[in-house]
Amino acid sequence: MIRILLAAALALALAPGLARADSLGDILNANKALVEHASRLTIGPVIDKLAASGDPRTEALLKAWGDKKLGLRKSDGTFVLLTRKGGDYALTLPDGSGDGTAKRSDINILRPNAGVRRLIDGALVEFQLSSPDLKTRTEALSIIDRHPEAGQLKPLEASLKAETDPALRARKERLLRLLTIRFGESTPKRIAAIDSFGADTGLDLRGTLNPLLDSHRVITKAGERPQGNVERQLIPGKTITPEAAYDLLVARGDAPARLTPLARRQALEAHIEGGKVGGVPVAQMSDPEARDRAYAALEKAGKVPGAATRHEVAAAVAGHAYWRVYQEADPAMTTAAKAALAKIAVKVDAMQGLDLLIEALSLASIYFLAAIGLALTFGVMGVINMAHGEFIMMGAYTGYVVQQIVPDYTLSLLIALPLAFAVTFAAGVAMERLVVRHLYKRPLETLLATFGVSIALQQIAKNIFGTQARPLTSPGWLDGAWVLNDVVSISYIRIAIFVLGVVFLGLFLWVMKRTRLGLELRAVTQNPAMAASMGINPDRINMLAFGLGSGIAGIAGVALGLYAKVTSELGQDYIVQSFMTVVVGGVGNIWGTLAGAALIGTLQKGIEWLNPSNTLAAQTYMILFIILFIQVRPRGIIALKGRAAGD
Amino acid sequence: MTFVKKNPSVLWFLVILAVFTLAVTLMSPGTGTGVISTSFVKTLGKTLCLAMVALAMDLVWGYTGILSLGHMAFFAVGGYMIGMWLMYARTEEIVFAALAKSPIPPTPAELHDGIASQIFGVVGSSKMPAIWAFAGSLPAQLALVVLVPAALALAFGWLAFRSRVAGVYLSILTQAMTLALALWLFQNDSGLRGNNGLSGLQNIPGLNHVPQEWLSIWFFWASAAALALAYVLLAWVVSGKFGSVIRAIRDDEQRVRFLGYPVEGYKLFVFALTAVIAGIGGALYYPQAGIINPAELAPIASIYLAVWVAIGGRGRLYGAVMGAVFVSLLSSWFTGGRAPDVPLGFATIHWVDWWQVLLGLAFVLVTLFAPQGLGGLVDLITGRRAPPRHGAPLGPDTGSLQEREAEE
Amino acid sequence: MSSLLEVSGVCVTFDGFRAINNLSFQIGPAELRAVIGPNGAGKTTFMDIVTGKTRPDAGRVLFGEKSISLLRRSEAEIARIGVGRKFQRPTVFEDQSVADNLMTALKAARGPWKVLFWRPGPADHARVLELADQVGLAAHLARKSGELSHGQKQWLEIGMLLAQEPRLLLVDEPAAGMTLAEREQTTAMLVDLAKTRAVVVVEHDMEFVRRLNCKVTVLHEGSVLAEGSIDHVTADPQVVEVYLGR
Repeated sequence: MIRILLAAALALALAPGLARADSLGDILNANKALVEHASRLTIGPVIDKLAASGDPRTEALLKAWGDKKLGLRKSDGTFVLLTRKGGDYALTLPDGSGDGTAKRSDINILRPNAGVRRLIDGALVEFQLSSPDLKTRTEALSIIDRHPEAGQLKPLEASLKAETDPALRARKERLLRLLTIRFGESTPKRIAAIDSFGADTGLDLRGTLNPLLDSHRVITKAGERPQGNVERQLIPGKTITPEAAYDLLVARGDAPARLTPLARRQALEAHIEGGKVGGVPVAQMSDPEARDRAYAALEKAGKVPGAATRHEVAAAVAGHAYWRVYQEADPAMTTAAKAALAKIAVKVDAMQGLDLLIEALSLASIYFLAAIGLALTFGVMGVINMAHGEFIMMGAYTGYVVQQIVPDYTLSLLIALPLAFAVTFAAGVAMERLVVRHLYKRPLETLLATFGVSIALQQIAKNIFGTQARPLTSPGWLDGAWVLNDVVSISYIRIAIFVLGVVFLGLFLWVMKRTRLGLELRAVTQNPAMAASMGINPDRINMLAFGLGSGIAGIAGVALGLYAKVTSELGQDYIVQSFMTVVVGGVGNIWGTLAGAALIGTLQKGIEWLNPSNTLAAQTYMILFIILFIQVRPRGIIALKGRAAGD
Repeated sequence: MTFVKKNPSVLWFLVILAVFTLAVTLMSPGTGTGVISTSFVKTLGKTLCLAMVALAMDLVWGYTGILSLGHMAFFAVGGYMIGMWLMYARTEEIVFAALAKSPIPPTPAELHDGIASQIFGVVGSSKMPAIWAFAGSLPAQLALVVLVPAALALAFGWLAFRSRVAGVYLSILTQAMTLALALWLFQNDSGLRGNNGLSGLQNIPGLNHVPQEWLSIWFFWASAAALALAYVLLAWVVSGKFGSVIRAIRDDEQRVRFLGYPVEGYKLFVFALTAVIAGIGGALYYPQAGIINPAELAPIASIYLAVWVAIGGRGRLYGAVMGAVFVSLLSSWFTGGRAPDVPLGFATIHWVDWWQVLLGLAFVLVTLFAPQGLGGLVDLITGRRAPPRHGAPLGPDTGSLQEREAEE
Repeated sequence: MSSLLEVSGVCVTFDGFRAINNLSFQIGPAELRAVIGPNGAGKTTFMDIVTGKTRPDAGRVLFGEKSISLLRRSEAEIARIGVGRKFQRPTVFEDQSVADNLMTALKAARGPWKVLFWRPGPADHARVLELADQVGLAAHLARKSGELSHGQKQWLEIGMLLAQEPRLLLVDEPAAGMTLAEREQTTAMLVDLAKTRAVVVVEHDMEFVRRLNCKVTVLHEGSVLAEGSIDHVTADPQVVEVYLGR
């Protein structure tokens, strides 16, 4: 009942001049040819008329037509709605009365093409908006979202009051305001709709506002001003290149095309006569001046078309003025849209800043994880472990192998983390005992010997696992991202890595500050000889420190494997950045490593943001920055100062 | 001559190099019997260039104690500089020949554009970058072979040494410099053809009529001559007081400062000099290799350089040459698939796969047990003995060669 | 002005700790001076400041007749101006021969380019021999200095300092680890050296200082506590308190 009333009200609203609408059948019959061979370009008025008929069966008719269930009975050319009934069709006339059945062959089914169906859908929307079915209503909104049209404004507004679903109601309200911006009947209403959004960052709003600011280039005589809503003037040489300005003139047919070097060359080649072109010997043609002379001679003789000279081009360009003119005629609208977009831009920039910060943070936590073990060995023992990257790789491969055996990803991750720690801890201790121990006080040689281990390990990994990347699949609950809004979203893996970084920071601080091992570690760091005389076994501490650093590298490897592909070069990709992190942060201090990771992560993301097309250049600039940074603070951000630094 | 008398290794070295050069000349396909192939002559020529950069590395590391992980970058930069001329001049010939067929002769601008689009088509550009301004001139590019590595080394060295960055920090920093340079070259808009690098360098412009077997032996001779010159130069540099000072810097740079020597100046001098030698080595190497791309600058290449010098024996020039020649030839033998596989029953060792492992482990063993490297063998033969070090290390800072009486 | 080195109002802070606090010090062109003080009094930091290793936060350090400021100059420059320093631990270049060590230290041009083309003349060889003779190493010229005994290394280092021909010599605890006989020899040598140049000896050992028989400066907590003859300062109650504790 309500629907009928509503439809009637709608009909009245849409067709205020109409006292009585034609019946559906009448309309169809009156436009039989148009309907039968419906084309997107011509069918519009018919559909509008149908929609405006006020007949409660309009929806059903339009739906049937769109679904290819409207046909013409061949015998008498009557429009009938079709319902499948066995092999035959049950027929219904547009006025709702049944009309028996018919064989398939007796019916000429109407098959509207995609363009027509879109128009039909558009007309259907107003009915669907008030449909009792939630799904239908949602679909209708999606259609409006995709193809907003002026006619949808009223039905949408009308359907709003009766909407019961709060979420859908909010969506309808938003769509209504968006439609009002586009098609609102008066400028104040449209501007009010724009203002109602404030600094909303929705993509749909920006999609609505941006077309309002579409503009095209317009040429006038110099000194004149074009019609319409002018955006700005384009000044040749400043906001438009003279070449582009001239091309505009050429495109409008106001000036002859310029002669390209290729065209000139071809013209010259076509007129070689007895070793001469226009009286100039061919041998001299390597001189551009000679070519000019030859072409001028040909032009004079009328053999080649005249081409604009540079002076003519300059004069033509100077004789006109160039403008950008808005498609939207009302200056008030463009001003409002501009202001709204500016407001949005500020907010989007802020959001992007936040997004950048989050990305930087997550990159920083990766570097932190990769560098923390390195910082430990470097800080405690003054040893640069070039094989650190390979320990990261070993951790990642451990994770991969565990996944091959334990198919449950969550469980395998839980096994892989401690196992990776154990494997790399053992490898680290082995390397310390076999290699590093014999090279104390020879830091450069340790660097080289551990590098030897590094290339051997890398090649062994290549021999075992092959050169192609191995997947380390993250469990399902780590897939996806935490979406804050259209601008900011963070993938769960990044969050997990961040959490892991924080956990390790906490764990590290706890070990260092609260345990006996930490105390001894710090003692050995500061003064090994003194620590030894206090009964601490520096050999044992060094071994543990090395093992611990390597173990952390292994865990970092599992985390990195989830985030990137596992290859034998995985560690190598991170090793230089890890070194940078340690060096920039300052040796022998976990907070320094943290600061270094934060600086390098932020820096890398920041430079990438400044120059998004070129991540290679970004890395170059970052390294250059670090080299310069070392100039300012040779001992890193957080440096041991004074006598403790041992200089 | 007292110089030769004081440095008998120079004479020995020159004699061995001369004999080797003569032998290769007699066996090469161009000038001799053809027992060895043209490509092997090229390999040997390249090895001599590597020996040259190893000499430079020995001066900077073995003598001055700066473990530079960036000298292969200077080597590659030298290669790029000569490569620019080779590529430009050769493309110029080709473009000129192509345009000569057209009815009217090309203008210089057309020629220039033709060359640019020919060279930079692969990176989707047809403009000649500004850094190619001198590419058409051989003398200018030859000067750049020396000047660019020198300028790079001076700029980097000045920054690094001025702020007293030393030891492992400096090594990491030089590695970062190399990586930065490599990444920069990897971009397409660096003006050096991105990761395509420069290619076709084996074709020498203006020498199209000379077959490769002759070119290869010419380059071999040039490499041998350059190596000989570099050896004599460096032997002379390290034989005098300058040598004393730089070795003193390696062992205790603070003490050298208090003697009034501007340590940073010396380091900078050595760094730049060796960069120039490396650049010249690269300029001779890449025409024999035929192609250069940014992968040649990868930090790992410079670490391998350190490996050669370490295996050969630091602090003696012939050690560096021995290490470079030995390891690089062995490496090409193993990776070239010529080494016989070793069947172990349960598995077969393919040396192509396992050579890196062997090299890595050998390197660890040399560092641990034979810091003298292959040069130590020479000591065994000549009966010379190193001073008893009691296990004390050779190197700068805390690792310097010192026989401490007591810790304070 | 007859003083060779004039330090005035110098302050140095390490991480908030004032190592040197408004220190002033003067020494004439041919004078022997002992600087004593308990641990942490700032003796080594004082030497670091004069030789350019540590930059003070405030104050002046002037050297020579022309009153050249030593602040803002590098260690090498200061050494070339004429300040020599002997470390507590003997630091000689152990990989090189005694002759090379002395030759390296010999007063000559120090720039890399000049040194590259510098070749020793007969006069230089003679000077090296003379120096080696002076420090009793003439018989060991060709030996690697790493093979020398601890005492010989000390002497070699002194020889190197002499070869530098400094106008001011800073000597850090020369007597540490020496036998009685060696101490006496060292004392005699320092007294002898001070006839032609300024010598500052930093020392813990009161006995040794007494033997030097020179003016003594007592440092405490980064500033001068007392100055005068050894008898004068040992009579000072403040000095006694500092040395013997409260």
